[in-house]
Order: sequence, then C-alpha cells, then structure tokens
Amino acid sequence: MKRTVPLFISAITGFVLIGTAFIPKFVDWGNDAMAWFNLLAAFAFILGGGNLLKMQLQKISAQQPGWGYAAVTLIAFFVTLFVGLVKVGVHPNVKFPEFAWSGDYLQEDGAFWWLFEYIFTPLSATMFALLAFYISSAAFRAFRAKNTEATILLIIAVIILLGRTYASVWLTGWLPDEFILGDSGIKYSDFNLQNLSEVIMENFTTAGMRAIKIGIALGVASTSLKVLLGVDRSYLGSDQEV
Amino acid sequence: MLDFLQHLDRRWIFLLMFIAVAVPLIMGTTFPEVPSDQVMAVFEAVDNLPDGSNVVMALDYDPASQGELQPMASAFTRHCAIKKHNIYFMTLWPQGISMIQNSIGILQDEYPETYKGKYGTKYVNLGFRAGNEGVIKLVVEDLKKSYSTDIHGTNLDNIPLTKNLKNIQQVDLLCNVSAGYPGSQEWVLYGSSPFDIPTVVGCTGVQAPIMLPYIPDQLTGMLAAIKGAAEYEQAIINAYPELESNPNAKEGLVRMGPQLVAHLLLISLILLGNVIYIWERKQGLHQ
Amino acid sequence: MKQSTLIWTILMVAGGGFLLFQASKGNGRVYVREIPVEATASQPDSEPQVYQWTKNQQVPQSEKDDPGVSFSLSRTVGLWVAAFCTLAIFSFLYGDNPLYKFTEAIFVGVSAGYAMVVAFWTEIATNLFAKLLPGLARITFYPDIDSTTRPELLYLIPLVLSILLLWRLSPKGSWIARWPLAFFIGATAGIRLISYLETDFIGQLQSTVMPFLVFASDGSLLWDKSLKNTVFIVGVLSCMVYFFFSIEHEGIIKYVSRLGIWVLMVTFGASFAYTVMGRIALLSGRLVFLFNDWLGI
Repeated sequence: MKRTVPLFISAITGFVLIGTAFIPKFVDWGNDAMAWFNLLAAFAFILGGGNLLKMQLQKISAQQPGWGYAAVTLIAFFVTLFVGLVKVGVHPNVKFPEFAWSGDYLQEDGAFWWLFEYIFTPLSATMFALLAFYISSAAFRAFRAKNTEATILLIIAVIILLGRTYASVWLTGWLPDEFILGDSGIKYSDFNLQNLSEVIMENFTTAGMRAIKIGIALGVASTSLKVLLGVDRSYLGSDQEV
Repeated sequence: MLDFLQHLDRRWIFLLMFIAVAVPLIMGTTFPEVPSDQVMAVFEAVDNLPDGSNVVMALDYDPASQGELQPMASAFTRHCAIKKHNIYFMTLWPQGISMIQNSIGILQDEYPETYKGKYGTKYVNLGFRAGNEGVIKLVVEDLKKSYSTDIHGTNLDNIPLTKNLKNIQQVDLLCNVSAGYPGSQEWVLYGSSPFDIPTVVGCTGVQAPIMLPYIPDQLTGMLAAIKGAAEYEQAIINAYPELESNPNAKEGLVRMGPQLVAHLLLISLILLGNVIYIWERKQGLHQ
Repeated sequence: MKQSTLIWTILMVAGGGFLLFQASKGNGRVYVREIPVEATASQPDSEPQVYQWTKNQQVPQSEKDDPGVSFSLSRTVGLWVAAFCTLAIFSFLYGDNPLYKFTEAIFVGVSAGYAMVVAFWTEIATNLFAKLLPGLARITFYPDIDSTTRPELLYLIPLVLSILLLWRLSPKGSWIARWPLAFFIGATAGIRLISYLETDFIGQLQSTVMPFLVFASDGSLLWDKSLKNTVFIVGVLSCMVYFFFSIEHEGIIKYVSRLGIWVLMVTFGASFAYTVMGRIALLSGRLVFLFNDWLGI
C-alpha cells in the first residue's frame, strides 16, 4: 500500500503521457492528467506555505535564536494571506459591480497590490542586485589563471565582456574593412572584439552547449524510464515514514 | 602595494562597483548600438507579420529580473503595438502578473488609439496558471482546459479574441521573455519545437548560452541579456524613428553605459587579482 | 576608531545627508489622477443600480498642478517603504545587521503568502472550485460563468489528490502524500521523456548534421563556411567524447577529450561573461529606482 500503489500511479500516469505522442486517443487523457498536474502544482504552493508556518512556529515555541525574526515572518505571511484572500481594497469587476468579490485580486491600489509593489518588488529585486557586488569580489579573489583550462576560460570571458559593450569599438574599431590575403573572404574587421565574441558564441559556445544538451537529454530519458519502471524509487522516501 | 591589495577589504570593491554603475546612470551616458544578425532575426519575425496578427506574449519573469528583462518586454510590446498586433498576455510565474500590467500600461498610455478601451478585441490578459511546463502542454493543445477565464474572471468564450482560439498553435508568433525555469527552454521543448510554433525569446544572460543551440532550427531568434535588449531597441528606432523622442523606448540603451564601465572594472579586478596571484607564486605562497 | 571605520562612517553620513537634501526638494512624492468609474448592475431581473468609485492613475511630478491630480499618501508611503527596503537589503554589503534580517524575514513571509494567494485565485478557485461548484462560483467570485454550466465531477480526483498532498503536514499518516507525489513524478517523467528526446536529442543531432566541405554554386570551395562547420562538428564531438565516462580516456581518446574540455572552457567563459552582464543589469535596475523614482535625480 505504501510503496506499490504509488509505483502503479506513477507508471500509469507516465506511460499515458508518453502514449499521447503516438496514440491520438491518449491525447485527451493526457490533457486531463496535465490539468490535474497543474492543480497539484497550485496545492504545492499551499503545502510550501504550510511548511513555512510549521517551521516558524516550532522556532518560536522553542525560542530558538532569532525567533523574533520568525515572528516577523509569520506576521508578514498572515497579513499578505489575509489581504490577498479577502481582496482588501479591491473594487468589483466593472461588468458585475453587485458582486463584491468579483474584482481582480491584484487590482491597482488594493492592499495586496500595495504589498507586492512596495515590499515584495524592492526586496526581491535588491536581493538579486546584491549579486553584482559579490561577483565583482569573486572576480578579484577567485578568478585565477592557474592552468591552461582556467586561462582559456579567463581569456574568453574578457573577450565577451569587452565585445558586448562599446569598448569593442574603442579598442578594435580601427581595424580596416579590407580582405586579408586578397580575396580570402575574411577581413581584418572580422577580428574586432564584437565579431570575435559573436564567432565564439556561435561556434564554440553553441557547440559546447549542444553537447551538454545531448548529454542531459539522454540523462533525463534514462532517469524518467527508471522512475516509470520502478527501478528508481528514491522519491518514495524511506519505509520508516509514519 | 601588492601586500595592501592582497588584504583589501571587499567593501572597497563593492563601493567601486556601486560607483561604476551609478555614475554613468546619473550622467545618462549612452552609446550607439548596431543590431546584430541574431537581433535582426527577432525584429523581422515581429515586423514581417502582417499588421493585426495574433501574438502570444508570455512574460515569465519577476521583479528580481526586471532590471534585465523589462527593457526587452517593453520593446516587444512597443513593436507589436506599432504593428497593431493582437496580443495575448500570459505568464508561468506568479510574480509575472505585475510584469504584464507594465506592458498593458505601455499599450494604453503610448498607443491609446489602437488599444485604449479595446480589451478583448486587441489584447487580452490571461494571467498566471500554476504548473510550469504543464501549463505549456495544455495551452498548445487545449487552451481552455487551463485558462477557462482571463485574469478578470471573464469566460474566454465571451471574449472576442479567445472565443475561437482552441490552442496557441493557431497564433502567428510566440514572444517569450524569461528569467529561468519555467521559461524559454520549456517553451521550446513543449511548444515551438514539437508543434512548429514560430517563437522568439528574450532571456537573461545566464540563460543565453543555454538557448543558443536551438537557433535557428527550433527557435527563430533570441535577445540575449541587456545587450540584446539595447540592440533590439535600436533596431525598432531605426525602423520607426518616431520612437527616438520617447525616453522610455531607450531603457536598454541607457543601461549600456553602466554596463561598459562595470565590465571594464570587472576586467581590471580579474587582471589585478591575477597579478597578485603571480606575485604570490613568486613569493612561494602557493607551494 | 579604526581608519576604515571612520571613512565608512563619513561616507554613510554624506549619503544620508544627500538623501535628506533630495527629499527636502519635494522628491519622493507620488501624484495621481483620479478617474471616475461608473458601473451598472448586470442582473436583468434586479432593480437597476449604479455603482460609483474612482481609480487612480499615477502621473509624473511635472503634472502635479493639473486639474484632477492629487497627492497620493498611500503611494508616497509605499515609495518610501520601497526605498527603505532597498537600502536595508543593500546594508548587508557592509555586514550582517538586524535591519537586513528584519527585511529578510518580511520578504520570506510576504513571498510565501503571495504565492499562496496567487495559487488560490488563479488555479484553485478557477480550475477546481469553479469546475466542481459552478453555481456557487457564479454567485461569489466568477459571475461570468454560464448559469447552465454543470459540475465536472472528474475534478474530484485532483481534489482528493490535493488533500492527500496536504496530508504531508499532518504528524501521522504523511506517507499517504506519496500517492499525489507519485502522480506528479510520473507525469513529469512522462512529458520530459518524449520532449527531451525529441527536442534536445534528435533535434540537436539533426542540427549538427552538416557538411564538412561547403561548395558555392559555381563549384568553388567556400573554405570559411567549411572551416566553421568543421570546427563546430569537431567541437560537439570532442565534448561528447569527454562526457563518455564508461571508457578509459587513453590514447587518442585522451587528446580528443582534452580538446572537448577546452571547448567546454570556452563555453563556460562565455557563460560567465553573460552572467556578469546579467548581474550588473539587475543592479542598474535597482539604482534606476533609487535615483529616478525616489530621488528624482
């Protein structure tokens, strides 16, 4: 019951969805399965919120270090949840004004919109903006030409960094638009940094990424088959689970 | 000197980075851009469609990536608006709903004669659905199974643009702006490649190398990072010079100033770091 | 006081003074234009009733004296809260501090709440509640639902699966959550197996099948295109040889795989450069908010 039923559920769902590529009748079944899949994905957000609640409450009740911040998290969580679910400050849909709850939950000037616009947006955007500082510090301390491979990586990075800005024009814009070795098809200007960076991206980066993609595709296919055939059961967790 | 640099507090590097980005932004330094072939492929994909074509605009990003992707999304929106295309907005990211609002703001404020009061006939906002690639699988086969209503709760059968739309295989172009998973790669995997839907994407610098192998067979074109956005803006301005006077249409171009100075700073830091490394090796610190 | 601490203190005081100076010039205030909205009740059988309210449209500060434009307290407070949040997160660059931790805690709470609310209104209410109970959905959240719509009982299956998924939070019987999880994993494996094989394996191999030698219509060798194709094919193959871990990298394989490593290094070098570009753009975006939207520089 604990392990056999999930194995059957996973195999049937997976093979029906694989079948949609070959058997027309399976397409409708596949679409139904995807609609349920999307609903489960939405419930996963609820599960995530529930888990956060559980962990923060444990932290507060045990008075662990920093439990005050856990309380702040919970207050922010509940306020957001309340104003969003109750649609605080939201006007009804213009077509159905007599239905108070018919308005858009993220309507401009609603409380939920305010929280998103003035708290969530600056906080998340600034968190990611910090990375610009840390990448500069890492470049200074960790990006060392220790061997051939690291040196290649470093040189290419510098060429792309220059080639993707106006520095490429300053540094190599003077290269003449004339053919090298007569009618060879290659000009001196082809070696300016902008062109070089494009050549690197089109020929070398694409080649490397293509090989990685092919490798990943084979990996995904074999892992999927292992899961569907019940060879890989790691997602079921341990037998000790209550 | 090298000894001082070896033990340099990283906060000085942070300050340098701040100055490198802030000063060109305050000064409004911009540089001329020449659109590359890859960017022109995107431009032509939107521009060569007959006026009033149907375009799905999938904006899969959040405020965290807005600095990099908003210029692209705005440029896509302006270009489609100039061509009077019918636009279907949707997102796979919960935070993407506000990003769609930004684009709708552009349609209403800058192109009122085509889009103001034309909700449902010239553009529609489908909003967000949970499920990542699950949503893509449904919208390419059976749109209304995933989106039975738009963001305002209106039944799609009561909206002129979506009334007869079974799935997005029927649209003329898919424009995707994406910050990661789910995004451009999933649209190619489950949409453009198996169903041959013409697709162009704008994505972050992190994703750009990952998307390259799909071009041109499985993906028509790509705007890579802020440089791609700036070149695309320039391509639109070249074709439609009336945008020259609109400062909002140069968001990406303005960002290339800080980009230049910050790149030069970063290269200097890498070189300086390596000078210190070589000096340390000579001193025998890496034996 | 240490010299560096003194310098940082001076920098921060100067920054704070600059902020106060900018704020005193009237920046950081938001103005809106009020647009009246009038709506008539949609029910034909009820008495015609008109509902009125106003919605606000943000305008640039230059239009603050225009008729119908007024100062918006809620949006101005919001702007300052946003600026405070931005600076609080940036304060982490100087060092970990209570202000950063406080805003980080708020971020976690708001993010989780936001995701739950959006998931509820967009998927659960629309695609579950409205499908199972269309009548109730019509008189509450979705009046546009057709009154003849019948409940779709097939949606009881995802409802049950969802409840089983949430059972995971319970102290007992959480193993039952394996059933919806198995459905989720099975569906993911099913759609990925086909898509990855079709697009990333066969599709990518097809795109790599190209001639080593390219000739023009007059029969002459286009050696630049030939070189390009050759470099590309050799690049892909050498990287794939490197990924072949089930054979020992000796002899010719060793040299080919070494070439593959170099091609991969070029790939990662370009990826690093593009990542840097992206990160700097994010910082620019944030500074544009501080300088333009808040300080009005």
